[in-house]
Amino acid sequence: MDAAATAIRPKLQVRGLNFFYGNFLALKSVSVDIPEKQVTAFIGPSGCGKSTLLRTFNRMFALYPDQRAEGEVLMDGENLLTSKQDVSLIRARIGMVFQKPTPFPMSIYDNIAFGVRLHERMTRAQMDDRVEGALRKAAIWDEVKDKLGQSGTSLSGGQQQRLCIARAIAVRPEVLLLDEPTSALDPISTARIEELIHDLKNDFTIVIVTHNMQQAARVSDYTAYMYIGELIEFGETDTLFIKPKHKHTEEYITGRFG
Amino acid sequence: MGGQEHISKQFDIDLDTLRSRVLQMGGLVESQVLAAIEGFATGNRELIERVSTSDYRVNAFEVSIDNDCSHIIVRRQPAGGDLRMILAISKIVTDLERIGDEAEKIARMSKQIHDRGSLQVQRFAEIRHVGNTAVKMLRAALDAFARQDTAQAASVVLEDVTIDNEFRSIIRQLITFMMEDPRTITTALEITWIAKAIERVGDHAKNIAENVIYIVKGTDVRHTTLEDVEREAKKT
Repeated sequence: MDAAATAIRPKLQVRGLNFFYGNFLALKSVSVDIPEKQVTAFIGPSGCGKSTLLRTFNRMFALYPDQRAEGEVLMDGENLLTSKQDVSLIRARIGMVFQKPTPFPMSIYDNIAFGVRLHERMTRAQMDDRVEGALRKAAIWDEVKDKLGQSGTSLSGGQQQRLCIARAIAVRPEVLLLDEPTSALDPISTARIEELIHDLKNDFTIVIVTHNMQQAARVSDYTAYMYIGELIEFGETDTLFIKPKHKHTEEYITGRFG
Repeated sequence: MGGQEHISKQFDIDLDTLRSRVLQMGGLVESQVLAAIEGFATGNRELIERVSTSDYRVNAFEVSIDNDCSHIIVRRQPAGGDLRMILAISKIVTDLERIGDEAEKIARMSKQIHDRGSLQVQRFAEIRHVGNTAVKMLRAALDAFARQDTAQAASVVLEDVTIDNEFRSIIRQLITFMMEDPRTITTALEITWIAKAIERVGDHAKNIAENVIYIVKGTDVRHTTLEDVEREAKKT
């Protein structure tokens, strides 16, 4: 199946990736290049493996003993699956935001500072700057600057999600993984976060999993369509949605099969 | 459309760019028609030639703008006024391209007439006059599009009647001319095609104006009466 991105430099390269939940083969020899500082969306029906794929990028599956991956996930040429590097360092380079906003039960300030403190030592003033920078970049600074001491859980859903994005980018990752980041949000919060994603790609490579095709069309530069563990098609978003190469892709995007 | 911006800045930029490109295409087409009519009236070979060789640019605009429209549709799933505008632009661009074709026809006929050189046809003044009316209509339609002015659009629709009348009058005069001297028939027929082309320019300008009313008011006024058009244009 389609593997290569076009002219842009790949940040992540997946090569022949197989993924097992116990004996069940959930990803079948997936190969794809994720272009640097672009937004790549993964779409496909439930169970196609898109979230599974996302979770191989930051070794999230390592938390579960019966899950394993074979093949390569390369970042800047290094295989993340076999890397000797501390997995929490990998997760600092590759941040993740989940569908359900997951603010820590601490102050807004500490939500951001927590992850940073794990990896870096800095003065209070430096930390203040880092926290403010992250909150500004996540387009939420103005709303929370006067209540940094309040609990992260006191914010609305859309704000909590932007807080989680701020938390992820505070540790200065290279890649941002977003797993259905706006599925639980209303249309206006969704639109704000999509606008935020558009700005963030100047600094980060972004991979987004979404079951909302229209969101993929709005927000991404490249789209990958997956079905039952296989990558069916990968290409520039406009091309894939206007003139897909594979009949299967066409059937999915036009809603001709469930 | 008026007032508030989209949450997505890129969407605003895309729409503004699209509107500008329509106006650019309109400007090019307008200059094509003017040059063609001038070429007919003066026999200026260079002008006539330039119209013919520039037609490809008009066609390229049409293809490119339609392509942009499909990209916006796939990316933004536009609704309301945004949707109407994209749909209308796709149609406006077709009308502009056809106007470009008419200009090319005028240039081609003019070349034939002037190459023959036997021309003493006195119809220059009328052709130039109806030609300028058609260009004014086109300019007014494009201006109405730029400013979303339905009152101006309605007046363009009204003006089309004038062109139709002038066209018929030109034909009557040409018939008289042909009857007086059959040696002029070939040239007179070519001038008929030119007059017809100008009349078609007026029709396309009217179509553009109708689309402006559709964009702003949401009502499709095609194939309705002039009274309907004026009423819809004035509605708040």
